Amino acid sequence: MKLAWGIALRFLKSSKGQTILIVLGITIGVSVQIFIGSLIDGLQVSLVDKTIGNSSQITIVSSEREQYFEVDEELLNSLNEDEELTAVSKSLDSSAFLTLDDETYPVLFRGMEFKDANKIYDFDDKLTGGKIPSSNGEVMLGKDLVENLELKIGDTFELITPEGSLEEIKLVGEYDLKVKAINESWVLSTIKTSEDVFDKEGQITAIETQVKDIFAADETAVRIEKGLSDNLETENWKELNEELLSGLTGQSASSYLIQVFVLLAVLLGIASVLAISVVQKSRQIGILKAMGIKNRDASLIFLFQGLVLGIIGSILGASLGIGLNLVFSNFVTNPDGTSLIPFYLDYKFVGISILIAILASTLSSLIPAIKSSKLDPIEVIKNG
Amino acid sequence: MDNILELKGIDKIYGDKVKTQVLFNIDLNIEKSSFNSIIGESGSGKSTLMNIMGTLDKPSNGDVIINGTNTTNLSRDEMAELRNETIGFIFQFHYLLPEFTVLENVLMPYRIKNGRVDKEAIDRAKYLIDKVELSKVKNNLSTNISGGQQQRAAIARALINNPSIILADEPTGNLDSETTDKAYRLLREINDEFKSTFIVITHDKKVAEKGDRIIEITDGKISTDIRRNI
Repeated sequence: MKLAWGIALRFLKSSKGQTILIVLGITIGVSVQIFIGSLIDGLQVSLVDKTIGNSSQITIVSSEREQYFEVDEELLNSLNEDEELTAVSKSLDSSAFLTLDDETYPVLFRGMEFKDANKIYDFDDKLTGGKIPSSNGEVMLGKDLVENLELKIGDTFELITPEGSLEEIKLVGEYDLKVKAINESWVLSTIKTSEDVFDKEGQITAIETQVKDIFAADETAVRIEKGLSDNLETENWKELNEELLSGLTGQSASSYLIQVFVLLAVLLGIASVLAISVVQKSRQIGILKAMGIKNRDASLIFLFQGLVLGIIGSILGASLGIGLNLVFSNFVTNPDGTSLIPFYLDYKFVGISILIAILASTLSSLIPAIKSSKLDPIEVIKNG
Repeated sequence: MDNILELKGIDKIYGDKVKTQVLFNIDLNIEKSSFNSIIGESGSGKSTLMNIMGTLDKPSNGDVIINGTNTTNLSRDEMAELRNETIGFIFQFHYLLPEFTVLENVLMPYRIKNGRVDKEAIDRAKYLIDKVELSKVKNNLSTNISGGQQQRAAIARALINNPSIILADEPTGNLDSETTDKAYRLLREINDEFKSTFIVITHDKKVAEKGDRIIEITDGKISTDIRRNI
């Protein structure tokens, strides 16, 4: 074993040009694999983050026709303590009409506790004017609605509730959630205001949450639903965004396909160079066999060469791939200077890529190893 | 005297369709610690005979018994082990490994046998290297020494495992006469010192006469077998 190892290292060292060539091949292969893999992963993460990063990922709603339900402090506490949830925010929502100069506009009136809601919607950052509503009768509207209605901060207007009552409210803030449909329809206020306006004291319509592992949202939702009373159910972003998900799956599949072909090319490269090297070294193998080296050791010489080449090549390749990613995320930017695809590194993915490359190069040295084990010393002795 | 090597009814036939018989029913016993020469014209079958004696080649018929072990039914690995421990080869072309230094080449059969090298082995290698007068170049790559030096390195390598048999195929075939003489004196000294059995194959009568026993091969048969009394 040690002998085969020593001979393998010496063979690699003595034909430096060839060794560098193979290592370079593996390096480039692995770096391309890691670069493309990380790029697509980063793209997906940023896409998902942009799409659902500022929205509820698992929502607890009423399962009955009656959309209102009593606030259950026990449930809220257990949700707040749930390790998997990063934000929990209750809301009291209702559709309503906003009236201004005899015109009415359909809106969704949402009452929430901004302290909790901020963890999901990040209103502090999304506020484009005024302040976040804090006392009764105060609301904030989306940028687009404010523009359409030509309102100013401090203006008051009236709201018609589904029950037909008329409530006067005051505009104190303007937000921009970067989604026009929301900006045009959501009227945001404190939960207290909502209770007063709709006369639903102690009731809510939804508990919105965000999760740590967004792709496990469906599993987490199932787990949470088990602990809910019969009149409640969960909705998760995955069932509401099937098209996005199938897009992401397609992207992942094409990424895997590219990676497999890159790997295959690397594998064939190593196998062919090592196969040539057996022919080159057949004289030495013949001599070693005449001196009594066993077939197992004779083949290990080539397996070890594959292993060493794989280890060096894949570690260099991983570094190069990560470097390329860094360069890409720092220099390929949007007009505003933010990176087009943010730097994203999945250590597990890099680790697995390195392992696969090492395994593949060892495996591809199997053919030359078998060849070496079958070599008959007499051929070498006879033919010089 | 005990026989270290016995050949019984050895035939060697090459080829499947066109059969060429190279060796015909050879019986030969080699005594322990003897110094033997096998002489023959080129094409007489003497190299084939040596390869069979060294277990590098298998006879078509007959048995090769080395140190009491019949090699006919040994596996390739068992054969390799036997070769490593009991036989030292000196070939016409030195067959040193170009990737290794002289010292490493000399130590190689020892490493194959034991897996690693201890101080004792290095001391023995150095002693042998000194014996073949290569101490000055022992750390050179084997390609960076002269032809005569390479052949002497191969002799030192053949001796490292203290084999009971040393097979030498035209060991001085490409050396000048002065170097040849020196090499043979060395082989005789080793024969005296280590009591190894020598079987030297040559086409040169003058060289063959340095042996205690001269076996002549003609057309695949033993034609003469002469023992010299010393």
